[in-house]
Amino acid sequence: MDTQVTNEHDRQEHYLNVDYGIRSWLLTRDHKRIALLYLGSITFMFFLGGIFALVIRLELLTPAGDIVGADTYNKLFTMHGVIMIFFFLIPSIPAVLGNFLVPLMIGARDLAFPRINLASWYIYSLGALFGLWAVFTGGVDTGWTFYAPYSTTASYTKVVPTIVGAFLVGFSSIFTGLNFIVTIHRMRAPGLTWFRLPLFIWAHYATSVIIILGTPVIAITLGLVAVERVFRIGIFDPALGGDPILFQHLFWFYSHPAVYIMILPSMGIISEVITCFSRKRIFGYSFIAVSSLAIALLGFLVWGHHMFVSGQSVYAALIFSVLSFAVAIPSAVKVFNWTATLYKGSISFEAPMVYALGFIGLFTIGGLTGLFLAALGLDVHVHDTYFVVAHFHYIMVGGAIMGYLAGIHFWWPKITGRLYPETLARIAALIVFLGFNLTFFPQFVLGYLGMPRRYYVYPPEFQVLNVMSTAGATILGVGYLLPMLYLTWSLRWGARAGANPWRATGLEWQTPSPPPTYNFATTPLVTEEPYAYPLREAREY
Amino acid sequence: MSQHIVPVRVYVTIFAALMVLTALTVYVATLEHGALSTPIALAIAITKAMLVILYFMHVRYSSGLTQISIATGVLFLLVMIAITMADIVSRGWLGTPGS
Repeated sequence: MDTQVTNEHDRQEHYLNVDYGIRSWLLTRDHKRIALLYLGSITFMFFLGGIFALVIRLELLTPAGDIVGADTYNKLFTMHGVIMIFFFLIPSIPAVLGNFLVPLMIGARDLAFPRINLASWYIYSLGALFGLWAVFTGGVDTGWTFYAPYSTTASYTKVVPTIVGAFLVGFSSIFTGLNFIVTIHRMRAPGLTWFRLPLFIWAHYATSVIIILGTPVIAITLGLVAVERVFRIGIFDPALGGDPILFQHLFWFYSHPAVYIMILPSMGIISEVITCFSRKRIFGYSFIAVSSLAIALLGFLVWGHHMFVSGQSVYAALIFSVLSFAVAIPSAVKVFNWTATLYKGSISFEAPMVYALGFIGLFTIGGLTGLFLAALGLDVHVHDTYFVVAHFHYIMVGGAIMGYLAGIHFWWPKITGRLYPETLARIAALIVFLGFNLTFFPQFVLGYLGMPRRYYVYPPEFQVLNVMSTAGATILGVGYLLPMLYLTWSLRWGARAGANPWRATGLEWQTPSPPPTYNFATTPLVTEEPYAYPLREAREY
Repeated sequence: MSQHIVPVRVYVTIFAALMVLTALTVYVATLEHGALSTPIALAIAITKAMLVILYFMHVRYSSGLTQISIATGVLFLLVMIAITMADIVSRGWLGTPGS
């Protein structure tokens, strides 16, 4: 019986079995296969960046410098940051889940420009190779922010290859963003109006706008660093007539919105997961949709809050402070709407939902501590301390990666046609949540007490909190390894998923799992709002 | 896909205009304008960029959506320049403590 089912399943043609061999993957134009290429690449980079994080935490287990010296430590936190931000977080959700799901969710056969999509992965890979070259031939020690004039004049490490890597990866993001914008504008199924789009699509639309408007600026800025470093043309170095604060303006004009490139797609996933496992239509659909665009817009006006102690004008700092508070409004709109969706919902705690609930709590802590940092006076106290480190890890790890894992679990049955082991996945989600909090909550306290970031030694009175943090990091490491193992296991031994294991709404669930190469046998016709859970339940079950 | 056919004459005219403006940039750089030197050079450069965008990149003949996309890019560039300049202009207003 089982063999018969297997054979029947294997006979059904889908994007994974339509063709075999390395060539069929490396030359594919199928958005789903390209998503999997990205999944492999970014997972490798994630674990590489994770290894650096673990060495950092091990070094900070004791107040003295035991494992590495100051110079190596500088390289470790720099390469951790560069790899995690440029090579993992920024491409993570858009390039993997966005790539896979945007056409499926809007009823299209592929993205608008399949060749550009494949090119984006090659450009990403080339950039990643430059990054790896820098890592394995001595590393770079400027901090992931490449602040001038240190990066342009004083650092004797592999600054230029790292910058070239980040520059190239930026172009791959632009390709992806461009593809999404055109696809969402031009290729929606009949009846799929803008306000019937899944919130995942709105989030990716807003993200793509940020990518296209912001990324060229970082590319040019990093290019200018290389130009100053190689040709000694004065742009940022005061000794050559440049302005070092100008570098920070240009850098943060992109890099603050880049935080929203990481978090907005994650928010899109949370909107999908929360409503599905509450069996309830989402509360405040249009507000959540428009708040994504509001975050994209306001996110471009707040960059100076990274520069309150840089020497920028206090008048400019005042404006940046006020605008930074403003960006909390659309973020809070989302959190309140998700919570209201849970209210009186028929909630079940499948693994994606556990991650999503974790996201809401952790993102709220990360967001609210962001308000501390937007306050001019308080920021002076906690600037460049572990408070900041804790804050942005709550957003980027507690927010973006929790959302990414929620999404990977939620759509894993669609991507692979297999179910993951549910109990193990719930346990892993709890381990990630506990490990994360144990790692990063003590850092808020450390920072408030005055422990600066980026030092490899610290006063003995900070040791207890640092030991807690390191212990948490090992738990978190286990939490991340588990999904890697059981998801791989499920590829062969997981139960067959069926087209719609979560009984979810959305066009992607109306096609077989895994989907056929061109997604839908016939173009779907959309006749109702998204997330019509009670209606659909009443009709079908 | 509809494609607007632009007469070769237009391209030649725009090319000639760009050459004239380049020559103008070089010429005004040899004159003394004091504080106006940079604004004048920038004005000429912006004019040239507009000609390239409108004619060589066909934006003048493109759909409204394309025009809005490009206008948005320009708007955000202006936002970046304006707020950065807000810092640079007002940085010295309070003076340096102790001096």
